[in-house]
Amino acid sequence: MAALVRLETRLSRLREEYFLKNRSVDEDRKIVYKAAVKIQSWFRGCRVRAYLRYLNKMAISIQKWWRGYQSRRYFRKMIKTAYFIMKMNFYNEMAVRIQKRWRGYYVRKYTHNYYALKKYLEAISLNNEIVRNELQEYAEMNEKKKKKKDLEKKEKEKKYKARKMHYLLSTEQIAGIYNSPFRKFPDPMELLLRQSKPLSHRQQQPKSPFTYDLYDWPTCKRPPAFPTGEPLPPIGRQKPQGPFRDAAEVLRQRYKPLEPTLRVAASISSPLEKAREEMKREEWRKCIHDNEFLPFSSYHKNEKYELSIHASEKIGKETYGIKHFREVQPNKWIAGKNSCIS
Amino acid sequence: MAVRADLSPARLKISFLQTYLCSETERSARRGHSVGTPREDTPRGHPAAAVRCGGTRRLLSAGAVIGAAAPRYRRARAVGGRQLRGDRRGTPPAVPPPRAPALRSPTNTFTVHRAGEKSRVPAPSGRFSRGIKGEGVISLLRPLLLDVVPTIQQTAALALGRLAYFNDDLAEAVVKEDILPQLVCSLSEQNRFYKKAAAFVLRAVGKHSPQLAQAIVECGALEALVICLEDFDPGVKEGAAWALGYIARHNSELSQAVVDAGAVPLLVLCIQEPEIALKRIAASTLSDISKHSPELAQTVVDAGAIAYLAQMILNPDAKLKCQVLSALSQIAKHSVDLAELVVEAEIFPVVLTCMKDSDEYVKKNGATLIREIAKHSPELSQFIVNAGGVAAVIDCIGSCKGTVRLPGIMMLGYVAAHSENLSMAVIVSKGIPPLCTCLLEEHEDHIKAAAAWALGQIGRHTPEHARAVAETNVLGTLLSMYMDIRSSEDLQLKAKRALKNILQKCTYLPALEPLLHDAPPNIMKHIVGQFSKVLPHDSKARRLFVTSGGLKKVQEIKAEPGSLLQEYINTINNCYPEEVVRYYSPGYSEMLLERVENYQPVL
Repeated sequence: MAALVRLETRLSRLREEYFLKNRSVDEDRKIVYKAAVKIQSWFRGCRVRAYLRYLNKMAISIQKWWRGYQSRRYFRKMIKTAYFIMKMNFYNEMAVRIQKRWRGYYVRKYTHNYYALKKYLEAISLNNEIVRNELQEYAEMNEKKKKKKDLEKKEKEKKYKARKMHYLLSTEQIAGIYNSPFRKFPDPMELLLRQSKPLSHRQQQPKSPFTYDLYDWPTCKRPPAFPTGEPLPPIGRQKPQGPFRDAAEVLRQRYKPLEPTLRVAASISSPLEKAREEMKREEWRKCIHDNEFLPFSSYHKNEKYELSIHASEKIGKETYGIKHFREVQPNKWIAGKNSCIS
Repeated sequence: MAVRADLSPARLKISFLQTYLCSETERSARRGHSVGTPREDTPRGHPAAAVRCGGTRRLLSAGAVIGAAAPRYRRARAVGGRQLRGDRRGTPPAVPPPRAPALRSPTNTFTVHRAGEKSRVPAPSGRFSRGIKGEGVISLLRPLLLDVVPTIQQTAALALGRLAYFNDDLAEAVVKEDILPQLVCSLSEQNRFYKKAAAFVLRAVGKHSPQLAQAIVECGALEALVICLEDFDPGVKEGAAWALGYIARHNSELSQAVVDAGAVPLLVLCIQEPEIALKRIAASTLSDISKHSPELAQTVVDAGAIAYLAQMILNPDAKLKCQVLSALSQIAKHSVDLAELVVEAEIFPVVLTCMKDSDEYVKKNGATLIREIAKHSPELSQFIVNAGGVAAVIDCIGSCKGTVRLPGIMMLGYVAAHSENLSMAVIVSKGIPPLCTCLLEEHEDHIKAAAAWALGQIGRHTPEHARAVAETNVLGTLLSMYMDIRSSEDLQLKAKRALKNILQKCTYLPALEPLLHDAPPNIMKHIVGQFSKVLPHDSKARRLFVTSGGLKKVQEIKAEPGSLLQEYINTINNCYPEEVVRYYSPGYSEMLLERVENYQPVL
């Protein structure tokens, strides 16, 4: 019974306790529920966060890896280009060194060759010396010629004067003015007078209008022919006083051809034949050249001047061997008006 | 007074006129005048007045009508001819005293000839022309040209030519009176003396001005002259060629007209003739034709003239050489191709002998030819230098004086202008001393200007060249010429340019020092610039600069700050320690004295 009483007392409290328990449970349920929800949500949150963290980590890892890969690739490329550039720089520098040397050499040897220029200038001075000497000689020669001409002219004048004043010559009895007895020796004019022939008073022939052509005779093609035919008697000359033969007769006799006797003409090796052959042989032996004899030095004046080899120079480079070599040009074979074939 | 008793009408007229004339001349003889000796009778003693003498005038008009009886006349003419020739020697004429029955025709031609003769005397042409023109001598001479007697025609033509030669009013009168067509017509028909005289008239008229020459061309004279060029007589050819030359001289249209008439091939044939005078005239005509334009020169070249001209350089006659060289230079001056053609005719080195000729004008023309060839291209100049042309020209300059030197100087300038090697060749051939003497000695400004220009061309290439020029101390002369107010503008300009060109390359300081003292600012800039280039690198030069007073002078120069001159001065000042610069700056002594004054002595 004691237990029962105890139970009964507890029983009275049971309903209240039961109700209170249920109520407290109900009241706690919300809190617990909310708490549970909170805990769960937190946990879920943690889980999701952990998951996201995990995802993040993975993504980071992937990206890290990928980025590293790209960068390494890029880096390798950079290295390659840098290497390439270094190589190229090196080559450029070496090429510059070569080109520098080459250009210096080329310019010094071909364009501004100092030694060639020096030699050229020396050659020019040498050439100038030669030219100056030659011109000096030429000028001196001209001077001499002129002086000689002047001298000759003076001589001629003096002689002419002497001829005109021939009457001043001294005779045995009367000493002339140039041969004064007080002199030791006669004046040179006196000697000249002694040598000269007296000038006749006949009128001089008028100066021929062709005399100025005299030194242009080389243009005349045929040689000056000496008269071999019958010479004409001179016109209007005063007959020389005295028993002289007619001039034409004399000349005719002088140039009469040989008329040998039959004996002389007929024999095989007659003296005439022998003489003729002898003459031919002499001429053949003595003939030095075939140029016709031009009696005055002025006939040689129009000879063509021949250039000396060392002074002649062609303009521009020598074309033989470079531009043409042993070629023939048939259109140049036909002689034109201006070609110098003769 | 005997009168010829022939009875034909012409003869009657003649005899009447003779009587008249005889009486006239008797009267004048009684008066103490003589027909042909005018000198004594003129009041002013002037020869022209003689023509005014009335008797002579009537004589001339009468002479137009008189036809002479042939044989007597010819003999009288032959006698009178010697008289005429006597005239040419200038002796006073002894006129045959008026013999009663003698014909007057010798005296006619005589007088006509005398009238022409008088015009040849170098009397002042103004007075003379008034005398002659006043009487209408041209209109008097004109009918004489149509005279039956050929000698009268010739003498009348000769007189006309001589009158027209010295006076252009008379030449115009000749053209106005329509004498030229008559001359041209009869040019083709008459004998060679008439042709010579007619060519002389044409030449005399054509020489004065282009308009008169144009008038000659318009009356068709060119064809007639060209026909005369084919004549046999060399005198006729000479006259025709001379007339053509004077016509072609004026301008290129007239030259073209002469060429179109076909004169050039005939002139080239004339050059080959043996007579020297003809060669001379033909060469001078070719020169006159080719000087105007390259086409005309090309025409002359196409006729093959160059080869013959080149051969004639060797001829000893000086005047011929002159003309030939002038012709070649007129051809070569137009273009490179023509110059090359001339050179290919192998004139070098023969032309160099002309530079040693005794005649000055041969030297001048030779130098002109070489100049015209050298100026075109460096290759041609190179060729000339290789042939020794530079040495010959330099000797020529050294031996001549005056304008004869001018082409030689210009040739050196042209050669040196082409390239520095050629300039060095000129220097090596001792070209600079003659140019310096030229600059100092000559009086004419244009020659000095040419010498200054040539020196500038030589010295402008490199410092070596500038040094070679500066060593002869010619820079001072150039400066003084630039500063001289009496020099012409051209000389000043050329001297300034030459100085600038040389100074810009000159590093030879001893030559630059004297210039520091008197140069004007625009030149000073260059001098100081050169110093500023050389001094930083050369210590000896710096010392010399100080001791010679150059630094002092530089300090005295006032320059605007920021200008090029100031920069140069700064550069120079930076080469020296500061004390030295301050020592030489102007007013330093005053500054020092001021410091002395303001100094408080420490006791």
